[in-house]
Amino acid sequence: MKNESIKIFQKKKAAILEKWLTLQLEEDGLREDLMSNADLRIQSEELLSSLIDNLSDSNIDQPQSSDFETVIEILSSISISRAKQGYTPRETGSFIYSLKEALLKTLSEEMKDPAALYKQSMTINKTMDSFAIATFETFIKGREEVILRQTDEITEISTPVIQVWDGIVALPIIGTLDSARTQVVMENLLQAIVETESRIAILDISGVPAVDSLVAQHLIKTVSATRLMGAECIISGIRPEIAQTVVHLGIDLSHIITKSTLESALKTSFAMLNLDVTKKQKPKTQHTIN
Amino acid sequence: MSIIKEHDVVPFRNRVKEYAVKIGMSLLNQTKLITGASELVRNMLKYGGGGTVKIEVLSRTRDSGIRLTFEDKGPGIPDVKKAMLDGFTTGNSMGLGLPGTKRLMNEFDIQSEVGKGTTITIIKWKNG
Repeated sequence: MKNESIKIFQKKKAAILEKWLTLQLEEDGLREDLMSNADLRIQSEELLSSLIDNLSDSNIDQPQSSDFETVIEILSSISISRAKQGYTPRETGSFIYSLKEALLKTLSEEMKDPAALYKQSMTINKTMDSFAIATFETFIKGREEVILRQTDEITEISTPVIQVWDGIVALPIIGTLDSARTQVVMENLLQAIVETESRIAILDISGVPAVDSLVAQHLIKTVSATRLMGAECIISGIRPEIAQTVVHLGIDLSHIITKSTLESALKTSFAMLNLDVTKKQKPKTQHTIN
Repeated sequence: MSIIKEHDVVPFRNRVKEYAVKIGMSLLNQTKLITGASELVRNMLKYGGGGTVKIEVLSRTRDSGIRLTFEDKGPGIPDVKKAMLDGFTTGNSMGLGLPGTKRLMNEFDIQSEVGKGTTITIIKWKNG
């Protein structure tokens, strides 16, 4: 049996394209700010031609068939580029769903027998839904790529070294310390020690959610490297629950100067640099009101 | 949930924390659980090549807890007893992950077969 719907699609290709474009233009989600109508037309035409050209009796109900590879490829590239341009999933989804609508409308106009129409519609429905799923999959993949890139960027920017006093630098660490991050932290810290000629470096870990053996090992390495540079390193911001956990884990941090707050770390550094910071005595002034 | 790459560690830890908060675990026990979980997850990534973790909420009389099951299909541990000793490592780490986690948890069970993989089950009770 020669599939009737394929014949109809091939014959009515131009009409389907027009219908599809009208549907897309009607859609609220149309983003004229992101893509011009001409570009949209080119994208739609490319996809529709490849879909209709590859449709055959044997594969119409098998969207996984290798004949559809080009279709999936075009869909993927469209949805990935849309994900990166900042389209919402709804806007991307309506692109493929409106094609389904156009196809089904054409079918219902051309086929007179309700039973056959129903059967054909179900087949088309299934195939197009599977394409829609493929679209979403690639759309999410596109978004994940964006997220991964942002993660890398965050690692780069989130390690500021602050010079808090002449000869003292502080580095607040926020988030998880993994190997890549430790490398960045260590590099920034050692560089800052050279540039500011500091003698004391304070590592504040108040923003580190959990200290496990790997994080501890990274901290110990950073401290050793700082010492090799001739500076002393103080770790501050150790919360009570972190202290208990570290002890239970059996990590030995006793050869490192640790303080619970940045304030006490700063006090210790002042003492080490023989600095005396005192409150200025206010000269007693007598206010006389005339 | 499955753990395949290093980026999965942080979402996993947050998930464990969510459950711990939900059953009302104290901050100290939360931290212990999360630290232990993070040790095992790192081991799984480093030596087991990734695997899956099952998070379960348990309840017994007047207490509830969380059970985590770490399963990987990695090379396995040839000498489990030795691996449980402080300071023993085949990688370049401190060798505290397994014994340390055992100290942090209420219950700790390790099953490992060379060539087949390793399964570690840990339980932390809310008031334990």
